[in-house]
Amino acid sequence: MYQRITKQLLYAVSLILAVLVLNFLLIQLAPGDPAEVIAGEMGGANAEVMAAIRAQYGLDKPLLTQLGLYLGHALQGDLGTSYFYNRPVVELILSRLGPTLLLVATALGFALIVGTRLGMLASRNPRGIASALVTVLSLIGYSAPVFWTGLMLVILFGATIPLFPIAGMIDVVKQGGPLVRALDIAHHLVLPALTLGLVYLAQYSRLTRASMLEVLGADYIRTARAKGVSERQVFNRHAFRNALLPVVTVAGMQFGAIISGAVLVETVFSWPGLGTLAFQSILARDYPTVLGILFFSTLIVIIANLLTDFVSRLLDPRLAGGR
Amino acid sequence: MTQPVLDIRNLKVDFMTRRGVAHVLDDVSFTVAPGELLAIVGESGCGKSMTALSVLGLVPTPPGKVVGGSILFQGRDLAQLRRSDMRKIRGGDIAMIFQEPMTSLNPVFTCGEQIAEAVRLHQNVSPGAAHARAVEMLRAVGIPEPELRANAYPHQLSGGMRQRVMIAMALSCQPRLLIADEPTTALDVTVQAQIFSLLDELRHKTGTAIVLITHDMGAVAEMADKVAVMYAGRIIEQGPADAVLDSPGHPYTRGLLASIPRVYADPDADLPEIPGIVPALTDLGRGCAFEPRCPLAINACHAAQPRHVAMSANHSAACIRLKTGEVLA
Repeated sequence: MYQRITKQLLYAVSLILAVLVLNFLLIQLAPGDPAEVIAGEMGGANAEVMAAIRAQYGLDKPLLTQLGLYLGHALQGDLGTSYFYNRPVVELILSRLGPTLLLVATALGFALIVGTRLGMLASRNPRGIASALVTVLSLIGYSAPVFWTGLMLVILFGATIPLFPIAGMIDVVKQGGPLVRALDIAHHLVLPALTLGLVYLAQYSRLTRASMLEVLGADYIRTARAKGVSERQVFNRHAFRNALLPVVTVAGMQFGAIISGAVLVETVFSWPGLGTLAFQSILARDYPTVLGILFFSTLIVIIANLLTDFVSRLLDPRLAGGR
Repeated sequence: MTQPVLDIRNLKVDFMTRRGVAHVLDDVSFTVAPGELLAIVGESGCGKSMTALSVLGLVPTPPGKVVGGSILFQGRDLAQLRRSDMRKIRGGDIAMIFQEPMTSLNPVFTCGEQIAEAVRLHQNVSPGAAHARAVEMLRAVGIPEPELRANAYPHQLSGGMRQRVMIAMALSCQPRLLIADEPTTALDVTVQAQIFSLLDELRHKTGTAIVLITHDMGAVAEMADKVAVMYAGRIIEQGPADAVLDSPGHPYTRGLLASIPRVYADPDADLPEIPGIVPALTDLGRGCAFEPRCPLAINACHAAQPRHVAMSANHSAACIRLKTGEVLA
């Protein structure tokens, strides 16, 4: 067990290093010169100022030296300074990480819980109305692009039925204790989480339905019935845990995709998270920030994969291995 | 004679298929007394497993449906029971073990949990007591280190061990009747023998009646008190095991017995077989279903379903050729 964990951690660390190098090189290929953008921010500059800016940010050094410096700093927990915000990238990202994680976790939790429930409902009677409804809804759910769903929800809840706020994370005019604040954030969270979650909800409900139908035909389900287990318990106890495994695997693999989905959703709803930051820094050619965000998303995906592994082992003893 | 545990009378089960109605079970009748072992034999697809599933009320509906007859278990007709009452009987008074031990246990629960679940479904005991009962049952079916094995997951056990766990689970609530549907099909020959002798031993110890569905004529000869031979959804011969095996009446039973490999037979001789295959249940004619494959068929066989003809006490076969004495000769 410990050996496996060590192995996985080593693997993760080397993966992170590779990602750092690759990202750094990739971004050099992107068109545009950060020095020009910085100079633009300052309101124009001549050749001397440009050279000074290049020297200040180390942009005048050869590429490999830049890479070496970047890696060296990164290993010490320093991802550089944002050109645009003039703050350390790590600090900048950490201030935005919370909202993104909150959004992604809420969306994923919502998608998993509601999706698997709907899938189970549909599998109860595969040719019934509930099943057909779930199939149609999930088809719509995953054919509709995230930004479109987001915009539609904004129109619906922002203009037609103004139930939920359509932008930001907190209401600046609202004052009150932590509870009021939490409720306010939750209120703002509804639409972005719904938008981001719907796509995955659709997929998980279909996956659960298919997986349940397969599991329900298994011999051990017949055994459960033969020993007098009620239909309800057959579903909830004997079939569900077995059917959940593919769903968990897929959800874990999609974590990266969900984060990139968050970029779109955060932009649409002005959610102050990593996604908005990524969007702004790309437009501003703020390379250290972009690199930092890429690094942090890699980290999150790796952690998510480790967690998925762990949960899968909890769910299925066959994966735990050993006698 | 003692009151039978199970008394099936004229049971009929139909399946609605795309090609029409299939009479999966047609006029099936038999009885099993307490402690008795009835073997049901026959080719695949002749209705053996369906008989077992109808007793437990597990016929997949739709497409299947019990359309006639009665299944009297200790005097109550199971075919008329409500679902909730039927569930109390399943696993409690009537237990079943299946032919696929490799896949018949739920992979995500330990063996002990699965046995304890059966116990708790039918007896009002604490989780601790149910677990203790599970360990006790594992010991009773000859599993070494039952305390350890109770915490093992099915994938950590061999096929034979898993079938023992299935048997332990089936017997955990002291059923009056155990239905074993080809319990040894997927196992090694030596393990098969162990499982059969385990079943036999437990039957003598507990007085549980057993309906054994099997292809293994050796096991039938060794253990069975009574034999029912099925063909195309009907019982075509039944009687005491000795009588059926020693003097089979129906040509099908004879063919079945002749096709068993024997140790002392000429090794170069071809193994006798019954030509043809089991007919599709959707297009049976009016006459005897075995007629197309029967070496003794005559024109009269087309005319009507043959009735059972008594050959000796409790031994009968459904063949019109028996009446004229030609088969027995």
